[in-house]
Amino acid sequence: MTEAAHHDMPGRTGSHPYLRSGLLHALLMAASFVMLYPILWMLAGSLRPASELFGGDAGLIPSQVTLKAYADGWFGLQVNFGRFFLNSLAISVLATLGNVFAASLVAFAFARLTFFGRRFWFALMLGTLMLPYHVTLIPQYVLFLKLGWVNTWLPLIVPKYFAVDAFFIFLMVQFFRGIPRELDEAARMDGCSAWRIYRKVILPLSMPVLATAAIFSFIWTWEDFFGPLIYISNMKMYTVQLGLRSFVDSSGTSSWNELFAMSILSLVPIFLIFLFFQRLLIEGIATTGLKR
Amino acid sequence: MVVGDASPAGLPAAGHAVSGSRPSGFIRRNAAGYLFLAPWLIGFFGLTLGPALASFYLSFTDFDLLTSPKFIGAVNYVRMVTADTKFDAAIRVTFVYVALSVPLKLAFALAIAVALNRGLRGLTVYRAVFYLPSLLGASVAIAVLWRQLFASDGMVNAVLSLFGIDGPSWISNPHYSLYTLVALSVWQFGSPMIIFLAGLRQIPSDMYEAASLDGASPLRQFVRITLPLLSPVVFFNFVIQTIEAFKAFTPAFIISGGSGGPIDSTLFYTLYLYQEAFGYFRMGYASALAWVLVVIIALFTAFAFLTTRYWVHYDD
Repeated sequence: MTEAAHHDMPGRTGSHPYLRSGLLHALLMAASFVMLYPILWMLAGSLRPASELFGGDAGLIPSQVTLKAYADGWFGLQVNFGRFFLNSLAISVLATLGNVFAASLVAFAFARLTFFGRRFWFALMLGTLMLPYHVTLIPQYVLFLKLGWVNTWLPLIVPKYFAVDAFFIFLMVQFFRGIPRELDEAARMDGCSAWRIYRKVILPLSMPVLATAAIFSFIWTWEDFFGPLIYISNMKMYTVQLGLRSFVDSSGTSSWNELFAMSILSLVPIFLIFLFFQRLLIEGIATTGLKR
Repeated sequence: MVVGDASPAGLPAAGHAVSGSRPSGFIRRNAAGYLFLAPWLIGFFGLTLGPALASFYLSFTDFDLLTSPKFIGAVNYVRMVTADTKFDAAIRVTFVYVALSVPLKLAFALAIAVALNRGLRGLTVYRAVFYLPSLLGASVAIAVLWRQLFASDGMVNAVLSLFGIDGPSWISNPHYSLYTLVALSVWQFGSPMIIFLAGLRQIPSDMYEAASLDGASPLRQFVRITLPLLSPVVFFNFVIQTIEAFKAFTPAFIISGGSGGPIDSTLFYTLYLYQEAFGYFRMGYASALAWVLVVIIALFTAFAFLTTRYWVHYDD
């Protein structure tokens, strides 16, 4: 089906097409505005002077714009937010590398290699997609406690190097299967090992899916709250999400604009990724039905 | 190459590899696959299957992390069903949340997807705008925002006061607090919307043309063409979103300060599990809670699959 086919409005040729599409645009714009309003309101709130906030103001225009809430909020806890951002960045990058590396190896095995029991393992892998992580939570915690990993970043990073998030394997298997098999076969004829086929044939052709996996992995790790909540108690090792949680607890109602400022900052990396890689994100969701 | 070298059961047996000067055929044929699979196999046994079995055992024990687990039979499960009012509250809150948020979220997702699928200009912009909340929504920042939107002096009440309505303190009122979380979930309808859009694109437009030549109204076309052809996607979204809703945690935690309050009105199941495990260190009981969650999700999924033959239309 061609792209143009979508642009016909089926069954509408007789009525007033301009009026109808104008009305639809008006409705969609109104809906977009309502959807974005809370975020814009938070942004506006972060720029207001503390005295102005919450006299019941639902508007978006501050009487005066100040960055004081950002400066104060940054140093609002014993450890400053710069540290939290660096921590989150380090954890997210390391976790993302693990996810992409491990998932691509495993997906290559499932999509391209023949071995005894492949279907069986693949079915098991799909089965783990449905399993709520709560079931493994407590024994994992005990394991990491025994290893002395509690209150380190290791429980947040190391499991990713063992491809525990089956979503990424699934995503990559779907993509790898679409790469023409003749390429592997030709390489095999030339005496290439499986590793070389993975490294020199499949990976270079799979940049879109590797990027998609990396982006989702980064965002999910960045936003993860539960993992850091149970494993990290030393404030110097907090992620941004944990820092925000502490800020909520400590600030009360007096410094909501500082809380808003730090909240906005915590969303900036995700927003930037969204801005630049929107297409990959949307295609990733459309093709696999990834959860978020 | 001696094919008979493979072990009779067909399992890769390491002993065969070292005996000869070169690996046997069976191992050589499978070695590469298992090497590439190795990270996942280690993770599966060490971090998924092993812990899952361990938590099943722990669910029959009394375990506080400090002393070794004490086997107590089914006491945890019995207590859950007969003597734990917090468990009842958690189940009630979670089911209300699932039952309200999932259908509403899917209805919005489908309605907007259908509207966007008409070849409007600016599709990509609208799609991006509607998707953004899904991407941000899981973060603490958005939960913080929601807490303030629905506070007694928050934005929602400021808007209501323009109409002369004196709104309640939504978050701290047990009658309303759960609905603010439902609203937060519905606000994130973007990702099922994108999946719906992808599904709608698969429906051939000549079906609509034929129907409108026969004089079918747009509503009739939606009911007779769009819904049946989209039903596998509806089903997929329904299952995925329901499972996700059962597992919701962060917003309830932030909005209630980790308590699930006021009066347990936002005590999501996973939040209760967290409190039992990491607040009171009742690890055995928390493991039992986790397994009950698995059973609930499995039963729900099985039930959903059973109903598919009545309403999900697959291509022949």
